[in-house]
Amino acid sequence: MELKVLGPAKPAAGGCAKGSCGSTADQMAHLPEAIRDRVKNHPCYSEEAHHHYARMHVAVAPACNIQCNYCNRKYDCANESRPGVVSELLTPDQAVRKTLAVAAAIPQMSVLGIAGPGDPLANPARTFETFRQLSETAPDIKLCVSTNGLSVPEHVDELVRHNIDHVTITINCVDPEVGARIYPWIFWKNRRIRGRKAAEILIEQQQRGLEMLVARGVLVKVNSVMIPGVNDEHLPEVSRVVKEKGAFLHNVMPLIAEAEHGTYYGVMGQRGPTQAELTALQDACGDMNMMRHCRQCRADAVGLLGEDRGQEFTMARIDAMAIDYAAAMERRAAIHAAIEAAREDGRAQQAAMTAPAAVPAGTRPVLIAVASAGQGLVNQHFGHAREFLVYEAGPAGVRFVGHRKTDQYCVGSSTCGDAGTALERTIRALAGCEVVLCSKIGIEPWGALEAAGIQPNGEHAMEPVEAAAAAVYREMFEAGALDAAPAAQIA
Amino acid sequence: MAYSITSLCVNCFACMDVCPSRAIAEAKPHFVVDARTCTHCEGDYADAQCASICPVEGAILDPDGLAANPPGSLTGIPPERLLALAACSPA
Ligand code: SF4
Ligand code: SF4
Repeated sequence: MELKVLGPAKPAAGGCAKGSCGSTADQMAHLPEAIRDRVKNHPCYSEEAHHHYARMHVAVAPACNIQCNYCNRKYDCANESRPGVVSELLTPDQAVRKTLAVAAAIPQMSVLGIAGPGDPLANPARTFETFRQLSETAPDIKLCVSTNGLSVPEHVDELVRHNIDHVTITINCVDPEVGARIYPWIFWKNRRIRGRKAAEILIEQQQRGLEMLVARGVLVKVNSVMIPGVNDEHLPEVSRVVKEKGAFLHNVMPLIAEAEHGTYYGVMGQRGPTQAELTALQDACGDMNMMRHCRQCRADAVGLLGEDRGQEFTMARIDAMAIDYAAAMERRAAIHAAIEAAREDGRAQQAAMTAPAAVPAGTRPVLIAVASAGQGLVNQHFGHAREFLVYEAGPAGVRFVGHRKTDQYCVGSSTCGDAGTALERTIRALAGCEVVLCSKIGIEPWGALEAAGIQPNGEHAMEPVEAAAAAVYREMFEAGALDAAPAAQIA
Repeated sequence: MAYSITSLCVNCFACMDVCPSRAIAEAKPHFVVDARTCTHCEGDYADAQCASICPVEGAILDPDGLAANPPGSLTGIPPERLLALAACSPA
């Protein structure tokens, strides 16, 4: 097979800026073993686990104690879910029933999170009642919580009392000048506090909370929202600080701001980052081992990678279900063991298949986009893909570097309205990738992709993603396609 | 007169959780203040707690019936921008 090799002079997502460019496909590889062990089955932390395990969120925490400029309180927390989404608000009792029902019906469910619509720690009674009941009735489910950090210090003791080993803190800045442009006010010690002073208090609480949690052995992930012109240049500093204090992952997410969301940023025309800007920043903070597979799933989503079965579990339906959780727990244990065995097999097989022994060190890497509906396979039709997983294939192996959504990012100018057809947008979202793997693809998109310098490839349908990417990379090498730097891409 | 809640309320529980007088109750279609129980927070706090935490402009009225948080005071969005937006949105 002949592969056309066209690409940008400087790959937008070349990967290797610093640090995290390991010799293995597993982005968790650099973590200390103890931490890796604790997150390896967590679908939000491990891309690979995302294919096998499911997570869910329950909306029990409607109140918030700060205002963010990217949030509109009519909707769920814009940090942990897609803006403009309203979850079904549950009481703690309802949330526990829903969790047990989902865990019984979807045995892959391994993590329950509380992340809004408000801030879980601004609703301590509702949040901790939910956790208390679940620690008792479903000890096999991991609990996690996402917070703005303002109230972490006062709740650390209560947090460690439950089955919680993951806390996510959204930290957008460590400089109050920057913070004053992100947070208009906080509610603190019975007063509404505004401006720089508010940001100062919030930052201090976040940093103290981070230190206290780490000191108590709780895993802390830090989320940051990238806001061009506000904190984009500041985030590498944030990354450095939180890493120094012991955060185990730093995840940079793009600002999503649309006027119709009614947020300050949306209404005032603040733009979100382009894919290239986001990738460049993630690379700049690279030694923090970014969690690039984060999909910003909606807060009450239920299910595996890319699927949302939330509609099957409305409260009305759950009330009609009879749940024998003891039996369900046994079944879950058996299924989790089977998943683990399969993953072990898969890893061994993959290690054998992805070692591109024939490609000498120093050969340039290639970005390969993959349309996958889950299970770690190349198993999605190009036209059905709402997102593409992006892998970097190089002489040392294949590693996951991120994913590109076809419909979400602002990829053009700040006025995205006339951004062209869906196909054109998809092609722009794939900028920098030289190959796209999918199960099938139509003739029209095939031609358009080729014309844009991206080679479509349907020859690896139903194969494991990493193995397929490694095979394509080897073929490109053997065809001499990797000798020269990629030519400019027409996007 | 006491503090009161308008139909702009998004039912977020924040005011109910911080009211020192337990004067606020969850209700349909939105939360309500019991005028007889509301103390204006006098004796407890310098500022009315409900009005200090509510995230929605115009959702809480002070005892004079004026918005405790007038348009633009919480989000920083200039009211003209909000009006322009409301005029062209279908909702
Ligand atoms: S003013 Fe104070 S006492 Fe009255 S409803 Fe608000 S919080 Fe409660
Ligand atoms: S804080 Fe405001 S929006 Fe929330 S329940 Fe009270 S009045 Fe309604």
